[in-house]
Amino acid sequence: MTQQSIRFTVNDTPAEVSVDPLRRLADVLREDLGLTGTKIGCNAGDCGACTVLVDGRQSCACLVPIGQAAGHAIVTVEGLVAKGQLSQLQQAFQDHGAAQCGICTPGMLMAASDLLAQTPSPSEQDVLDALGGVLCRCTGYRKIVDAVLSLGKTTAAPVSRNAVVGARLPKVDGLAKMTGAERYGADSWPADSLVLRAIRSPHHHARFGFGDFAALFAAHPGLVKILTAADIPGQNVFGIYPTGKDQPVFAEGYARFRGEAICALVGDAATIAAIRDDEVPVEWETLSPLQGVEAALSPHAAQLHETAKGNVLIEGRLARGDVDAAITKADIRLSDNFQTSFVEHAYIEPEAGYARRVGDRLEIFATTQTPYMDRDEVALIMGLRQEQIRIIPSAVGGGFGGKLDLSLQPMIGVAAWLLNRPVRCTYSRPESMASTTKRHPASIAITVAATKEGRLSAVRFHGDYNTGAYASWGPTVANRVPVHAMGPYHVPAVYCTTRAIYTNDTPAGAFRGFGVPQAAIALETMLDDLAEKLDLCPFEFRYLNALDKGSVTASGQRLDASVGLRACLDALRPQWERLRLEAADFNETSRHLRRGVGVGCGWYGIGNTSLPNPSIMRIGLKRDGCITLYSGALDIGQGSNTIMMQICADALGVPLSIIDLVTGDTDLTPDAGKTSASRQTFVSGAALRLAADDLRGQILRLANVGEPGRFALDGRTLRVSDGVTDQVIDLARLPAAGENGDVLVGEGRFDPPTTPLDADGQGIPYATYSFSAQLALVEVDIELGTTKVLRIAAAADVGKAINPTQVEGQLHGGVAQGLGLALMEEYIPGRTENLHDYLIPTIGDVPPIDTYIIEDEEPLGPFGAKGIGEPALVPTAPAILNAIRHATGARVTRVPATPDRLRAALRATGRYEAAK
Amino acid sequence: MKPSLYFRPTNLQEALTALSANSWSVLAGGTDFYPARLGKPLEENVLDVSAIDGQEKISFNDGRWRLSLQATWSDLIADNRLPARFDGLKRAAREVGGVQIQNRATICGNLCNASPAADGIPNLLALDAQVELMSLQGRRTLPIADFVKGNRRTFRREDELVTALLVPDSGRPARSVFLKLGARKYLVISIVMVGAVLELAEDSRIVSARIAVGACSPVAQRLPLLEEGLIGRRLETALADMVHERHLAPLAPIDDVRGTADYRRDAVITLLQRSLTELAR
Repeated sequence: MTQQSIRFTVNDTPAEVSVDPLRRLADVLREDLGLTGTKIGCNAGDCGACTVLVDGRQSCACLVPIGQAAGHAIVTVEGLVAKGQLSQLQQAFQDHGAAQCGICTPGMLMAASDLLAQTPSPSEQDVLDALGGVLCRCTGYRKIVDAVLSLGKTTAAPVSRNAVVGARLPKVDGLAKMTGAERYGADSWPADSLVLRAIRSPHHHARFGFGDFAALFAAHPGLVKILTAADIPGQNVFGIYPTGKDQPVFAEGYARFRGEAICALVGDAATIAAIRDDEVPVEWETLSPLQGVEAALSPHAAQLHETAKGNVLIEGRLARGDVDAAITKADIRLSDNFQTSFVEHAYIEPEAGYARRVGDRLEIFATTQTPYMDRDEVALIMGLRQEQIRIIPSAVGGGFGGKLDLSLQPMIGVAAWLLNRPVRCTYSRPESMASTTKRHPASIAITVAATKEGRLSAVRFHGDYNTGAYASWGPTVANRVPVHAMGPYHVPAVYCTTRAIYTNDTPAGAFRGFGVPQAAIALETMLDDLAEKLDLCPFEFRYLNALDKGSVTASGQRLDASVGLRACLDALRPQWERLRLEAADFNETSRHLRRGVGVGCGWYGIGNTSLPNPSIMRIGLKRDGCITLYSGALDIGQGSNTIMMQICADALGVPLSIIDLVTGDTDLTPDAGKTSASRQTFVSGAALRLAADDLRGQILRLANVGEPGRFALDGRTLRVSDGVTDQVIDLARLPAAGENGDVLVGEGRFDPPTTPLDADGQGIPYATYSFSAQLALVEVDIELGTTKVLRIAAAADVGKAINPTQVEGQLHGGVAQGLGLALMEEYIPGRTENLHDYLIPTIGDVPPIDTYIIEDEEPLGPFGAKGIGEPALVPTAPAILNAIRHATGARVTRVPATPDRLRAALRATGRYEAAK
Repeated sequence: MKPSLYFRPTNLQEALTALSANSWSVLAGGTDFYPARLGKPLEENVLDVSAIDGQEKISFNDGRWRLSLQATWSDLIADNRLPARFDGLKRAAREVGGVQIQNRATICGNLCNASPAADGIPNLLALDAQVELMSLQGRRTLPIADFVKGNRRTFRREDELVTALLVPDSGRPARSVFLKLGARKYLVISIVMVGAVLELAEDSRIVSARIAVGACSPVAQRLPLLEEGLIGRRLETALADMVHERHLAPLAPIDDVRGTADYRRDAVITLLQRSLTELAR
C-alpha cells in the first residue's frame, strides 16, 4: 500500500503522518505518535479499550482507517488532563476506585466523556448505554457507574487521604492509570526492536514437519529469523511444577492442541504483518483429537504424554470418617452429576512485552503475575543462570491466574539473545485465547447426605478436571479441590477424589479459585436439594452446618480463629428474608417473568496447598529520611501496591508521603512469590510487617533505645525516643548499608505455617481461610430461558479490610466473573476465540451489589487481614443457580446456563410448555 | 505480493469509474471490514466511500425516505423526522455493537456485509426497503430480499456501489417493533430477532403487515403466511394468538455456539407473539 500524508488534530494539536491510509487509527496513535494511552484489546470492536473521540463522538480507534481521520479531531485519554490536573471525570474514577488494572480505563473515560458532553447529568441508564461498548474484567463495573454518576453531584466519594490500615486510600498507582501514562506490556519497547509473531497449530492434534524456509526468506527480505525448537539454547520445556514440566516452547513435530506454537517469525514490523500464516511451509498430518475428558479416558485413547498412564496427570484425595456407612445411615441422601465449561480469563490486555540482551544478561519486560517463577523458568529454557535473567514486569492489564504461566517470554527471550537485538511481541486476541490457559472444565459426581434435623452427614465427591494438553496448574487444582469440595461446613464423613486429565484441548491452568468454584456449584446445588427435601430454609440449613470457631475441617484442621462464615450469613439474613418475600409478591402477578432468591457460600484456603509459600519483603531507610518499600508483591490491578503502602506506613508509623515504592523487578526486589491464591495481602503483608519490625528495631538499636521506643523522621533528622530521653541522629552521617543507598534495611520473611497432607488428605493445608456468602436475586424469562440478575448481596470475612474500597472492588469483580461463569461464559477450542463469540458480562449485566465486609481477625495476618480475590467469586454462581431454581423450579447441572440450556431445563421440569 | 490500492473518492462519479476499472473491496464505516481481516495482511484494493459527498444522509422525497450510503446508525437514532414506522429500525440501531460502532457503522454497510445475524436487516425487510445500486451503466433498485444472496453474499455487481436504501412511506399510520434475543445486555450477537411494521387504516385495521425474522436462516426471512393472516384485523384483537408453527416454514435455524436450532424455533414463536402484543399496545 502506498503511503499517504494525512493531517488531523490529536488533543487539539495538529498532527501529520505519512502512512498507509488503511492502518488503524489505534496503531498510528500508539506506534507513530507515541500515544499509548489508547489500548488495544481485540482489534475487532468487541472490547472498546481503544475508544477515542472522533469529532467528539466515541469510536473504536481499532476500526478507523487513518485515512478517514484526515481533517478530523481526535481526542485520546492523554487529552483529558488539562494544565497538569486530572479532569473531574478522571478524579472521580480515581476516588471511587473505578480502575483496578486500568487497561479499560482510557476507553471508559473516553466513552464517559462523550456522554457527559451531551448529557451533563446522566441517569444510570444513560451511563450504562454510553459505556456498554467497553468491557472491563476487573471491577464489575459498579464503581465505574458510581464515578460517572457522581459528576455534577455534591456528594464526594468516601475517600481518605490517610494511609492507615482500614482507610479508603485511593490507589497509590492510580494516577498513571487515569492519564494513559501507565506502561502495560505493549506500551514500551526499544526503538530498534524487531517484531516476533508465533505460528501456531491450526489442528487440535497433529504431527508436522517444516519444508524449506528459503523461499519465505527470499519473498520477505525483512524476515530475519524463523525460530523453531532447534533454536532453544537450554531445555525446550516449561511448566509450573519442577518435576512435571511438560510443555514445549515450540512443539517438536507433534502438536497437542490448536494454538500451540510451532515456530516464530522475527523481522521488522511491516514484514511480519505481511506474511500470511499459510506462507510458512508446514506439512501437517492430522490426528484424531481427544476433546473432553471422556474421550481421553476411553480405553482406546491415544497416550498424550508418556509419563501419564491413561492420560491421568494426577489424582487428589481426601478421606475422613466412613463415608459409605455415613451415607447409608443418613436420613436422606441425594446424588447428581455436574458439568462446567472452559472459562477464559479474558483480561483486556493480551500478552505482550519485549526482551533485550544486555551483555551476558537477558532482560524481559512483559505482562506477568509471577516475575520470580518467570525468571527461573526462562533461565532453564535459555540455559543461563537465574542471575542472568532480569524480569521487569509491565503494568498488568488483568491476570486472574492466566498470566501465571509463561507465554511469550521464552520466545522473545530466545530471539533477542540469538539476534542480539531487542524483540517485541503482542498477542492478538484470538492468539491469546487459543494459546493461554483456561479454567478447567469439571465433570463432577456428588452425593450428599444429612439427618432429618438438617445436619450434614456425608459428602462424597469425584471431579474429573480437563487440564488440556499440558499440566500447567492441573496438580494445584487436583490438590486444592478435595480440601474444599465439602464447602465451609461441618461434615463428619467425607470422601473427595479428583483427577486432572490430559486432552487435546487448550491447556487449563490457574483461574481465580483453582477448581473450587466448579466444586461449589455442585455442592451448593445439592444443599438446596437437601433443604427442599427436608423442608428447611436453605439459608438456615447452611447456617446450621457452617464452620465456626473450634470446628474441625475435613482435613482434620481445627479452626481456632477467624472463621467468619456465620457472621457473613448474619449480615445477609435481613436481606434474604426481605428479598424472598418480594420475589414471592412479584411472582403472584407476573406471567412470563419469575423472580427467585438464592444463597451460596464459599471458603478458600489462602496461599499454596501444603507447600512452602514464602514471601520476603524489604524496607530501606535512605540518608534523606525517605523510606523505600521494595515489594516483589506484584500488583495486577487487585491493589497490592496500595495495600502494601498502607501496611508499611502503619507498621512503621510514618506518613505515606515519605515512602517510595519499588515493585516487582527481579533485580530490585526480593522474591515475594506469585500473585495468586489470594495470598499477597496475607503472606506478603505479614512479611512486610516483619520487615517493618526489623527496621524499627534497627532504628531503636541505632539510638540505643529500648522498647517501647518511638521514632520520627524529619528529613535527614531521625528522632528516637523511649519516653524519657530523646536521641537525634543525622542520617546523612551514616554509612550506606545496602546497594541502593539505604542506611538501614529491614527485612521480613513469612511462610504460612502448613503441614504436608497424608494419603487421606489429613493435615494443615492452609494457615488460614477466608469465608464468603452471597445472595442473588434473579428474574428468569421462562419463555426464553434468559436470566437477568437484579441484585447481589456479597458478604466476606477478610479478617481485616486494609482498604475497604479495594475489598469492595474485589467483591464486585468476583461477582461479575461468577455471573459470567453461571450464565454465559463457555470457551470452545477453535470456535470462540474472540470476544464476540466468547461472552463476558458487560456493564448492563452486572446488577447493583451490596457488600458486607466481615472482619474476624486472623492472628497471623497483617493487622488481622486474610485474602479476598478468590473467595469473592466462589459463592456467586451457586447463588445465581439456586436463585434460578427458586424462581422456576429448574435445576441447572451444566454451566453456563445459557438461554437454550435453561429453556431446556425449564421444559424438563414439566411445568413449562413449548411455545405455540 | 502485488501492491494494493487505496482510493478515497470525494464524488460518486470517481467512485463508479474506479469500480468499473478495477476490483475493489468497499470500505464504509470499517466496523465489519477490520474484524474480518484480523491477523491477515491486507492484499486487496480498497475503495473507501466515506468521503463521497453531495447527499443528505437521511432525506424524504416523493413519498420515500432515502438513507444514503453515509448514514450511520447514530444518524438514524438522532433523526427526529423519521415516522413511527422507523421505530423498530431505531431500536435495532441501538443494538448494533456499542455506541462506538453505531457512530461509525453505516446502515448500507450493515446490509452489504450480509451477516445472517445483521441487526438491521429484519426491519429493513419489514420497511419494504429497496436497495439503490449505481454504476457507470446506470442506476437500478432491488428489494432487500433480492439483494442479499446468502451468508455474507449479495447480488451487488463488482462495478456497482450501494448508494442508498429507499423506504416507501405511504403516509398511513404505522407501528413498528424490533425484538432481539441475546445472551447478554450489550455487544451481543442475536440468537433470534424479529422486526415488524404494520400499516393501519383510520379504523386501526391492519392494511399491510411485514414481519421478518433474523438469525434463523442464512438470510433474514419474512413470514408471508403470518403477514397475510394479519391483514384486515384490528390492532386490539389478540394478535399474538395468531402465531403458529406453520408460519415458520421459511426459516432454517441451525445449531451454533449461541443456541440450538430447536431453541431458536421455540424462541422465535415467543418473540413473534411478543412483537404482536407490543404492536397492539
